Amino acid sequence: MKPLKIIVLAKQVPDTRNVGKDAMKADGTVNRAALEAIFNPEDLNALEQALRMKERVPGSTVSLLTMGPGRAADVIREGLYRGADGGILLTDRKFAGSDTLATSYAISMAVKKMEYDIIIAGRQAIDGDTAQVGPQVAEKLQIPQVTYVEEIEKVDKGYLTIRRRLDNGVEHVKTPFPALLTVHSSASDCRPRIARNVMKYKHARTLTELQDTTEDYTKMFHDRPYLKIREMGVEEIGADVEALGLSGSPTKVKKIESVVFKAKEAKVVQSEDKDIEKLIVELIENHTIG
Amino acid sequence: MNNIIVYCETNGNSVAEVSLELLTKARNLAVQLKVKVEGILVGNDLKGLENQLFAHGANVVHKAEDPRLEFYQTLPHAGIVCEIMKKEQPQIGLFGATPVGRDLAPRVASVLKSGLTADCTSLEIGDHYEKKTDTTYKNLLYQIRPAFGGNIVATIINPETRPQLATVREGVMKREELTTLVKGKVKSWKVEDIVGKDKFVVEIIERHVEDKKVNIKGSQIIVAGGYGVGSKENFGILYQLADVLGGEVGGTRAAVDAGFIEHDRQIGQTGVTVRPKLYIACGISGQIQHRAGMMESSMIISINTDSKAPINSIADYVITGDFAEVVPKLIRYYRKNSK
Repeated sequence: MKPLKIIVLAKQVPDTRNVGKDAMKADGTVNRAALEAIFNPEDLNALEQALRMKERVPGSTVSLLTMGPGRAADVIREGLYRGADGGILLTDRKFAGSDTLATSYAISMAVKKMEYDIIIAGRQAIDGDTAQVGPQVAEKLQIPQVTYVEEIEKVDKGYLTIRRRLDNGVEHVKTPFPALLTVHSSASDCRPRIARNVMKYKHARTLTELQDTTEDYTKMFHDRPYLKIREMGVEEIGADVEALGLSGSPTKVKKIESVVFKAKEAKVVQSEDKDIEKLIVELIENHTIG
Repeated sequence: MNNIIVYCETNGNSVAEVSLELLTKARNLAVQLKVKVEGILVGNDLKGLENQLFAHGANVVHKAEDPRLEFYQTLPHAGIVCEIMKKEQPQIGLFGATPVGRDLAPRVASVLKSGLTADCTSLEIGDHYEKKTDTTYKNLLYQIRPAFGGNIVATIINPETRPQLATVREGVMKREELTTLVKGKVKSWKVEDIVGKDKFVVEIIERHVEDKKVNIKGSQIIVAGGYGVGSKENFGILYQLADVLGGEVGGTRAAVDAGFIEHDRQIGQTGVTVRPKLYIACGISGQIQHRAGMMESSMIISINTDSKAPINSIADYVITGDFAEVVPKLIRYYRKNSK
């Protein structure tokens, strides 16, 4: 079979799962210092599925595409350590403030500059949990999508057979490619880093990162061109600036309320009806439930 | 024109619960906006299902039937929903935040270039003043949702684009039938005129229904029981509460060892560690091994007959009483007060 060109869409996210009561500052803003920047968990599940397809079809390549600030290059290095062949960082100040519609526009424009048979991403990112960017990229590329993927069961010429994990069961579908898939957390975990790849790629850098370092990488990059992580901005992808950032985002955040629970003495609630009702109303009002 | 459209999911011979909840909510919003509610039904052989929509407040039901649409498929459904929205020009479009709704709505939003907010837990109508342009937007849909792993609650608006699209979580809104049935209008759409053969490229080979995988680790709300719950049957009321709140049920090792609850729901040192937004401990004394698995929960409510149970020392609220009396009250007052 013809080798596959696979693009993995990955995002660097603050680790919103491993936060205790220090996640929020006293003033109600998010305490980012307490949150580690990680490879979005379901994007790792997607990477694993991509690497398995690569193993099944000899000669296939896996490239990561991530959009974010300069430090998001970590996501690309992490992917290289685990077996990906390359990656592109989509970064530009003009992307700032993009909602899912503007983000999917930027990503789809970048993808159009790449070659692909299959685009695969996590179902959703843990910072926003919207699950929108995958399907919207698929729509903008005019290709089919398969969401909630648990396993790619078969790769045939031009077709994938896929098992989807739904709320109340599973569904097996056959889709032609090019197609975009989003992978559910119930899929296999991603393999760990491969020591050989860590050695090979530990100096992989974007141009911006190189400018910020005092070390001279000139010779190393000349000898080992695969260390260069490509960056693309608005101009490289040929995007319309108006369709990006705040101007390209139909959704606006009107208000943010933090769900702050300060350490405090336990409140004692009587088991009388009126007291229980008061508690429930309080929990609904502060968005703990409902 | 300018109405509220609800995409109604079907499963076999009935309309999905979440869609009926959305119709109920839409009715309420429609009264405030002085507009009508419309429902969309797509499938095969939908005889009579429109009556369920009428009973929950739809004034108009858009029906698209085709033998090929027995089960949900992204491309044809998106094509049909987009066509209906383009022709009917609703100001609001609502979907359930289910695997179907979350697959369909973003695709529709991308075609219509409309703003979409995922997984809302509340919807309200309100105004917005934009300082930069000195513009006041009247009667916008406030789309309220948790974000950032449940640490913040955001209100999102779409000032400029229409329809204002949102998906809404199942179980967070109340479902109510109309007291007097008003028969609405059915509008039929011809599927072959809207979507071509090329939209049926993804083929469903097989489907089967399975029990949900237990995922207490990923749940934002956990109702947990200990040995004090007393029996497997007594855990039933805990499941009811978890169901109503959209959470999961967990148990202590003692409860698991006693056979009250399955092992994959065990919380604590030898089970899973959880950090939900809300942890309701029922009849749990709170040995250190259990506390280690749940003490980082954002809020802990302890229900125990023993006012000196160790768990009370880490609880935010302590209800001294029998869970068998308290839990039904929690359910009752949640149902009464939730929107």
